[in-house]
Amino acid sequence: MRFWINGVEKEIDVLPGEMLSDLLRTRLGITGTKIGCGEAECGACTVLIDDAPILSCVYPAERAAGRKIITIEGLAQEGSLHPLQEAFVQYGALQCGFCMPGQIMTAAALLKKNPNPGEMEIRAALKDTLCRCAGYPTIIQAVQAAARTIRTGDPIPPLALEESEGTNAVGHIQPRPDSLEKVTGTAPFADDLQFPGMLVGRVLRAGVPHAILKRLDIQAAVDSAGVVAVLVAEDIPGERNHGLVIKDWPILVGVGEKVRYVGDAMALIAAETLEDAERALSLIEMEFDPLPVVVDPVSANEASAEKVHDSGNLLKHIEVRKGDVDIGFEGADISIEGVFNTPPNDHVFLEPECSIAVPSTDGRMEIYVGSQIPYADREQVARSLGLPDEHVRVIGTPIGGGFGGKEDIAGQIHAALLAKTCDRPVKILFNRQESLLVHPKRHATQIRIRIGARQDGTLTAVETELFGDTGAYASLGEKVMTRATTHSTGPYDIPHVRADCFAMYTNNPPAGAFRGFGVTQSCFAVESLMDELAHTLEIDPIELRRMNALRVGHVTNTGQLLVESVGLLECIDRVEDELHRISPESNPFEVKIVSGQPNRRRAWGIAAAFKNTGLGGGAPDKASAEVELYPDGTAQVRTSSADMGQGLMTVLQLIAAEELTLPPDKVRVLLSDTGLTPDGGPTTASRQTYVTGNAVRYASATILQAVRSTLAERFDVPPATIKFIEGLAHIDGKQIELAESIEIMKAAGQEPKALYEYWAPETQPLGTGGDMHFAYSFAVQAAEVEVDLDTGEVQVLRVIAANDVGRVINPLGLRGQIEGGVMMGLGNALIEEFIVEGGYVFTDRMARYRIPSIVQAPEIIPIVVEHPTSEGPYGAKGVGEVSSIPTTPAITNAINNACGIRIRSLPVDQDWLALELAKVGGANRE
Amino acid sequence: MALWKKYLQPSTVEDALVELGVEPDRSAVVAGGTDLLLDLQQGRHSAVNTLVDVTQIPEMTVIQIQDDFLHIGAAVPLAEIIQDVRVQTHAQGLTEACGLIGGTQIRNVATLGGNVGHALPAGDGTIALISMRAEAQVASAEGRRWVPVRTLFEGPGRPSFDRSREILVTFRVPLSGEGEGSAFKRVMRPQGVAIAILNMGIWVRRGSSGKVEEIQIAVGPAGPRPLRALKAEAVLRGQPFDSGSIHRAVQQLLQEVKLRTSPHRSTKAYREHILPTLFHRTITEAWERAARK
Repeated sequence: MRFWINGVEKEIDVLPGEMLSDLLRTRLGITGTKIGCGEAECGACTVLIDDAPILSCVYPAERAAGRKIITIEGLAQEGSLHPLQEAFVQYGALQCGFCMPGQIMTAAALLKKNPNPGEMEIRAALKDTLCRCAGYPTIIQAVQAAARTIRTGDPIPPLALEESEGTNAVGHIQPRPDSLEKVTGTAPFADDLQFPGMLVGRVLRAGVPHAILKRLDIQAAVDSAGVVAVLVAEDIPGERNHGLVIKDWPILVGVGEKVRYVGDAMALIAAETLEDAERALSLIEMEFDPLPVVVDPVSANEASAEKVHDSGNLLKHIEVRKGDVDIGFEGADISIEGVFNTPPNDHVFLEPECSIAVPSTDGRMEIYVGSQIPYADREQVARSLGLPDEHVRVIGTPIGGGFGGKEDIAGQIHAALLAKTCDRPVKILFNRQESLLVHPKRHATQIRIRIGARQDGTLTAVETELFGDTGAYASLGEKVMTRATTHSTGPYDIPHVRADCFAMYTNNPPAGAFRGFGVTQSCFAVESLMDELAHTLEIDPIELRRMNALRVGHVTNTGQLLVESVGLLECIDRVEDELHRISPESNPFEVKIVSGQPNRRRAWGIAAAFKNTGLGGGAPDKASAEVELYPDGTAQVRTSSADMGQGLMTVLQLIAAEELTLPPDKVRVLLSDTGLTPDGGPTTASRQTYVTGNAVRYASATILQAVRSTLAERFDVPPATIKFIEGLAHIDGKQIELAESIEIMKAAGQEPKALYEYWAPETQPLGTGGDMHFAYSFAVQAAEVEVDLDTGEVQVLRVIAANDVGRVINPLGLRGQIEGGVMMGLGNALIEEFIVEGGYVFTDRMARYRIPSIVQAPEIIPIVVEHPTSEGPYGAKGVGEVSSIPTTPAITNAINNACGIRIRSLPVDQDWLALELAKVGGANRE
Repeated sequence: MALWKKYLQPSTVEDALVELGVEPDRSAVVAGGTDLLLDLQQGRHSAVNTLVDVTQIPEMTVIQIQDDFLHIGAAVPLAEIIQDVRVQTHAQGLTEACGLIGGTQIRNVATLGGNVGHALPAGDGTIALISMRAEAQVASAEGRRWVPVRTLFEGPGRPSFDRSREILVTFRVPLSGEGEGSAFKRVMRPQGVAIAILNMGIWVRRGSSGKVEEIQIAVGPAGPRPLRALKAEAVLRGQPFDSGSIHRAVQQLLQEVKLRTSPHRSTKAYREHILPTLFHRTITEAWERAARK
């Protein structure tokens, strides 16, 4: 077959059954084109065929014969970026970057046909090109900016975004350091890597939810063509279980042992090709003794329930006590109660899990993986191999989205076991189905909540009871449900609190970390009931929240005295101001009939949230970072912390630049390599900006201080008289280049680098009444929805999102986190439902588990509130989670305001909603 | 394990039929492939040795007006159909339906032939075609024949023509005249597979004095096959276009359709509930369009 690829004519024999994406990626090594789903759902694999965008994962390669294919690698012309690439970089329209090739190619095709597209046309064109980081509004802006440049030839207009004053780097617009490689398709995600002699690894999954493995026959697989190794539980040289907190998750289930969910691993295969591996997989025979299936956390807690683990089904009973709720409810004029249910959700990071294990001749092992916690991977891999930690090196690849879903072990250990056995590199790439089946989800919950208040709206007591489904294994279940519980009474000052949570094992897929970390669920419950309280007491919902809002001087439900950085009131005020600006005449929470559409109703809804920054609860929270200066005037920051798209790389770059007085472009950031970077701790709990940010800040200050001391000695001046400006040392009217300073240091026997281990302020365990967390972020969101009273369809039109982030470090990244957070909250409210029936996963494909698309993106109005926290870098605290948390209740409260129906179960089911509306006669219809 | 062994791209229908005839039970016709290839990949379609790609056959990839009919080749990509002014003029409901299928990338390859051949009771293109009294030209080794599209179905996923020996070549719909108009609408849900909860295509001709002179209604999923609601049409035919007639037509339509619950997608009750709304909205649109012509 002859065809043109990026302008170059090629001739190649097509293989039977070959899709264009396979031909491009596997055989031509053109890996800019990404595979996110392999089922024509996500758009990441988009390439142009004769200028028309198509999905290369369902496009037979033969069909490309005689045609011109353009991939992301072919878009830049004569070394200069396409205006789309430029605009995406400058506007920060990329976060993890995995979807970028698809976004940009689809947009490029649009602009070729339509050089002046309106917003609706852009949305229509990008409808099925999904971005899970979901900076959809920014993507639209970037496409429009590029279109303008294409029409006029003018440069991309700078982004109108507020920047900090009085700083050199922090708070200024800075594109991600890896932007260029991500918009040109050269960023090496794990599946893009090739190693000589690399084998394909595959994992046999149990396929049954609860059973004892009676028999496992691998002989036919061993004998199958192309198979190099087949491993079972007995072949594991080291520890047989893994787990981030409790090591209860079998690496492989052995004969006589227990299967606890459908995704349990039973056998591993390494083979020459994927086809060989798949064939062998199908030849393994398994026989089970089935056990009763534990399907939900409430029944799991009953005495008669089958035990998932020998220790029972209760992972943890979590208790929060403050005051005496009986007194609180006695003092209440009114008390209301509600029960709320939330389903499990999947992260659907667009890059499926991929691990490559590369053995070295001296018995060591390298793991290439996009992971949120490289050092935890290292420890778990080492233990399973029976090696010391130092013999394993985890090398982070770019992470195509994480959201909490890349904290646990996926294929790392399995790839390492196979690589060790075969003494060859082994790659384990999950397909989307396996990804959906295997990795931990957001906890499904049932939350009962009761609020007591006085007639004037003052809260007197809140009582909550939560059941959390942590699935088959603990993962981070205890921590997630602890956060759900401590946040279950909302960001309010309440004298009497009683909260009980039962984190339960079941035979569902495990649940663990997912952006929001349990607070997404409990915020939905408490903010829904707060709105009901406002309705019942006929108090404005903003006013009710304002009068009860946590402020400095208040004590949280865990007994923590808040001494600073509580920006909740300002968030409330700013959202209220914005609502007034938008609708100055009318009450935004009152229903409006859409003109010309008598069946449609609009209204706003509001919700508030808070979320801890950092691990808290007494866990040591520290991060190490190293900063080194180079003779070329640059600096490098090194830490193992992960950038999964949230923008940590830029945050650390800006902090180091600020401290070193360098332009940000002179600072390089190396992350996630246990061989080269010190431990930054887990990328979780919205902690990295604060904790590793501080480590980088102090490491930078330390090295600059060392330079200062050296120069002071060398030039015999008091250190304080030396000023640094853009890396230049100003000494007594002389200017010393950084390169020279480094020479002087080296001559004095000093290395121009500093390692700093930062320990965040100590926290106290739940129940001790001390400071459970060292900082909290706050957020208030208002959402405007439109409800179709006849069909129950709901559309979110606008979202106002105010976030107290302490201090803005990275404005582009912050905007991405707010937009993406809102979209994820919208998905949680209206779209996403991971369905498990009797332990079997129904939503095992993206076609069945949908995530928000650009056509569902509302107008998002971000408001940044800065109440600095004194220990945080420049006052900063976390934002990655809180930006997503209040969206869901803001939307469901708006639905209630628009049509009078209270949503108690997620996601909103338009079927149910329409039938409920019908029962009340089409609600509020004149 | 490869999804196919041979991939053929014949340039005539006759050649394609010959290739299919070699090993009919292990061959399949592929156009856009956006359904078929996934069905093969996910095991919903039995394995094949040969895929016969019909997208290089000129007569299957043109849109033309001939003998008072608008002809749309069965392998024309939906993106071309949407942009075609002749389709917009004569079959606006079809333009709408094609515009709602998939996203940009899917529409650049997916075809009406595939939509009809897939035989889903609620294929958007299929429902729109049926509402326009479209006919399909079916080619087999024995020759070619024109058949109404609505007769092409046996059950869900099962067409009445033999996909392993026959090929859908082209569709034709009567040209639209004065006082005629069409519309297509559907209700989706944001969760789960992107297939309509309920969809509807309506074509009308306005008579003098505001009466419904002629009407065609297609709806899905309203039974094992895409449904042409002949009885509801009869209720409206010759009647004034007013709320009374529409109400009577809706009552008839509710009798005529066989709605059911699809797990994780829709309850029967919801489909019953939205049917009148969908009917009202679709017929109003078609009626207003008819007035403009």
